[in-house]
Amino acid sequence: MSVETETPERARPEPIQAVPVRHPGRWVAVLVIGVLVAMFVHLLVTNKAFNWSFMVDNMFRPPIIDGLKGTIALTILAMLIGIGLGIVVAIMRLSANPILRGVSWVYTWFFRAVPRLVLAILFGNLGILWSRVEFGLPFDRQIGALFGIQDFEARLFGFTAVDILTGFVAGMLALGLSEAAYMAEIVRAGIQSVDEGQTEAAQALGLSRTQILRRIVLPQAMRVIIPPTGNETIAMLKDTSLVAFVPVSTELYFQLKAVGNRTFQVFPMYVAACLWYLVLTSVLLVGQYYLERHYGRGFGRTADARNRLQGFGVWGRSSGGAGGA
Amino acid sequence: MSELIVSAQAGVPTAESGPMVRAEQVHKSFGPLEVLKGIDLEVRAGEVCCLLGPSGSGKSTFLRCINHLEKINAGRIWVDGDLIGYRERGGKLHELRDKEVAAQRRAVGMVFQRFNLFPHMTVLQNVVEAPVLLRRAKKAEARDRAAQLLDRVGLGDKLGAYPGQLSGGQQQRVAIARALAMQPKLMLFDEPTSALDPELVGEVLDVMKDLARDGMTMIVVTHEIGFAREVGDSLVFMDGGVVVEQGNPREVIAAPKHERTKAFLAKVL
Repeated sequence: MSVETETPERARPEPIQAVPVRHPGRWVAVLVIGVLVAMFVHLLVTNKAFNWSFMVDNMFRPPIIDGLKGTIALTILAMLIGIGLGIVVAIMRLSANPILRGVSWVYTWFFRAVPRLVLAILFGNLGILWSRVEFGLPFDRQIGALFGIQDFEARLFGFTAVDILTGFVAGMLALGLSEAAYMAEIVRAGIQSVDEGQTEAAQALGLSRTQILRRIVLPQAMRVIIPPTGNETIAMLKDTSLVAFVPVSTELYFQLKAVGNRTFQVFPMYVAACLWYLVLTSVLLVGQYYLERHYGRGFGRTADARNRLQGFGVWGRSSGGAGGA
Repeated sequence: MSELIVSAQAGVPTAESGPMVRAEQVHKSFGPLEVLKGIDLEVRAGEVCCLLGPSGSGKSTFLRCINHLEKINAGRIWVDGDLIGYRERGGKLHELRDKEVAAQRRAVGMVFQRFNLFPHMTVLQNVVEAPVLLRRAKKAEARDRAAQLLDRVGLGDKLGAYPGQLSGGQQQRVAIARALAMQPKLMLFDEPTSALDPELVGEVLDVMKDLARDGMTMIVVTHEIGFAREVGDSLVFMDGGVVVEQGNPREVIAAPKHERTKAFLAKVL
């Protein structure tokens, strides 16, 4: 016994070569899925209703491409409004000022309660309320009347409502304002996820409230904010199809549907819509990966972001990935 | 190297004009729970004061009151002659604005039990952030000073590392450098070694001893009796929100007068 421990180099035991556990369930699954895929491909190829050549012919036409640009622009603008206003509403919600907290709560309550479709149509019809929208001193006529001046007006500039508050701008506002309510909740969760000790350490250094928020808390909150914001952006991309009811014509879904209705080839154009939205969403996923990597620095958890993409099969699955029957 | 820390302060500590920290009848409650029940304390400039006591005795809370992280309910605290958190005018106390409180805190460095480094910044950025944001120094100047401070705490080779890549002891030393970068008159340590593996405690204590030798005024909440005995100029034993006993650390540790102190030291030593 002591002989063994004293020999400087013990013989290395031979490597284990065991019979691996068999997974018959996996083979059954492969078989079932294989048959289903074959059936689906068969459907795609043989069913004339798809009319592939017609679809490919039409899905790159100028009006569709214009619609595509409109959809992308609408997504970006609505998300910019949503994120910017969402941060403001979230900070109001966490403020010590009870009035700001109340306003923030009412805002979130309203815009989360009303469906986006209803909101889009409502905004499209706001022109009914005012023929002209003007900015200046509020209640100027009433104030004028108080001092005995008839028709006192103090207005800086204005525009005709139907020029601006229809179509694209109405759709953008409806989607953006609604998004801000959701983003506010996401940002609030992100801010609250940052450890209290971070704020205390920054306070102890003598930083001001805004400096702490801007330099210490928000950058760390971004780690938590980005993934759901990615989801929101993807959801927004798809919700832009709702503004077809405002109505907005420079939008992907509206254009594809128009081509379908005009040519009586409705189904192929719906398939084209699916494909376009798939492409756009895939591009967004890649963008999200890089954003998550940027804001994950210092946490050594960027692998998480990569895993998310792998789940969608964009990055090849690593050998150690989650397997299982 | 000592001038790196002490000389930049507002001249030699104002030892003549009064104590660096004076607390009078400090009371603090969290809801119905009274945590501090009238603390009186004086810490001279250049003194190292160790706060000892069982957990829940209020020593950390008292420390946090000194830089107004906690609002006190009664009493007064002065740091270098400045009343903390309030302005006394016409016999009435007026709350200071956030900006004024922040300005007061700049004179007081604080080191936390859980380090609280900013995880999204490198070690160097952690140290440079506050002086640059508060325009205490130009960027290049602040960087130089930060590098010197980090070198001094033995981390001159870790400037580009993120806190998550450092050991607990290294993180705490960065936290000390971060506080020193604001050139404080006073340093508060809230159980700086309690979250550390035993083998890492020494490296942090060494940095603190170094600091004490340079004449920094320090208030240290600690369970390290050895540190209190070796470095401390005064020892304050707290229990149940009051100061039970205070005096020269070597005398108090060797021959505690109060029963409660005896019982506590018997368990800790």
